[in-house]
Amino acid sequence: MIKELFYFLIFPGIIFSVLIGGVLSWADRKITARVQFRKGPPFLQPFYDLGKLFYKETILPRNGARMVFLAAPVFALFSAAMANVFILLPSIFPGSGFKGDILVVFYLLTIPSLSYLVGSLASGNPLGTVGASREIKLIISYELTFILALICIVIKSNMSISISDIIAVQQEGGAFIGSISGVLLFIVILFVIQAKLALVPFDMSEAETEISHGVFIEYSGTAYAIIKMARYIMLFALPTLMVTLLMGGFAFTGISILWSVLKLVLVLLLITLIRNTNPRLRLDQAMRFFFIWMNILAVLAIVLTIFKL
Amino acid sequence: MSLGSYCFRKSLWVFHFGGASCNNCDIEILDCLTSRYDVERFGIQLIGTIRHADVLLVSGSINRKCRDRLLEVYNQAPKPLLVVAFGACGCTGGIFAEGNTFAGPVDKIIPVDAYIPGCPPKPEAILAGIVKLINK
Repeated sequence: MIKELFYFLIFPGIIFSVLIGGVLSWADRKITARVQFRKGPPFLQPFYDLGKLFYKETILPRNGARMVFLAAPVFALFSAAMANVFILLPSIFPGSGFKGDILVVFYLLTIPSLSYLVGSLASGNPLGTVGASREIKLIISYELTFILALICIVIKSNMSISISDIIAVQQEGGAFIGSISGVLLFIVILFVIQAKLALVPFDMSEAETEISHGVFIEYSGTAYAIIKMARYIMLFALPTLMVTLLMGGFAFTGISILWSVLKLVLVLLLITLIRNTNPRLRLDQAMRFFFIWMNILAVLAIVLTIFKL
Repeated sequence: MSLGSYCFRKSLWVFHFGGASCNNCDIEILDCLTSRYDVERFGIQLIGTIRHADVLLVSGSINRKCRDRLLEVYNQAPKPLLVVAFGACGCTGGIFAEGNTFAGPVDKIIPVDAYIPGCPPKPEAILAGIVKLINK
């Protein structure tokens, strides 16, 4: 019991992943600044933001459902942290985890987006409602692609649905990204990550220039700080999932620590560069992108996997 | 100085309220975000909603229509909040000070923490104002 609580609250759980996610968020902003020939924020900037948000006043909406409004960020934080624990534990302690944890991770990674939209609908703000409707359409469009990609990975790893087995198969026979279908899967999951993090080509649910932060419009103070923490954790959890499923997982001995960090930073760099070189898509364009092109790529990857390519 | 207020100084998020502005101040504010001046070095970001704001930046002359909106935006903001009167119109009224529809400079409506004069203020003047605001 104590061990599980330690896992959830401290080491791969909330505190550790907020710290690492904050550093990754700083790296994201710094890379963005360098792309635009700016100098960028200082290293501790994400933590200054968090501290400031905890210091500010929290305003509750008069016409909204206040309990739901306040509970939604907490659900987002806890499910993101739980997903991160399930993703990281098989890498830290090989052989741990349980059968079917990849499905649990799939569901837990959906809960943050769902709770953002429930919270914004509970706030009673019209712009928040617009953002929530966009968010739910985006969820509908990328979840099918994500589950197709996961099915392909399960087929690749000899029909095993636990993350530690997937890592073991990759350590015996080489990382999945080394095949043609692996490269296709890498592209598909990269765009799904982009949409799950609501970064720029798919940030129509919080477009700050048209609907002024959309789903987050009514959040202030501590509630918004918890949302920020959940987003930092997601920024850590999703590239970690990518590395675990496709690029051979992490290893924490000797020189391979550096190699693990490099894999994580490579995925983050790709996400940031996509974010910086693309305009915001309209909702119908994003849905068409996922429903047609990404699904075709994912199905193609499954077919290639069956023919062992 | 507590940890909270230290963090507050280090990450000011700015909400821009444009009154009856001639858009010259708005363009100079955007200049501060470009690569030459880059106020993100100090953790300053422009954000889109008053609920996340730490600084309310008021530019343009405030007329009778804007006055109620400005008060409402000020009341919607989570405190602590810093208010900056921006440009000649925000500080004193400028050439509109004796106009028929003019409803007073910003400090007659809400309490103001810093004034950045100029028509429009140069980006260097804006940076000097930010430094004064951070050290206040």
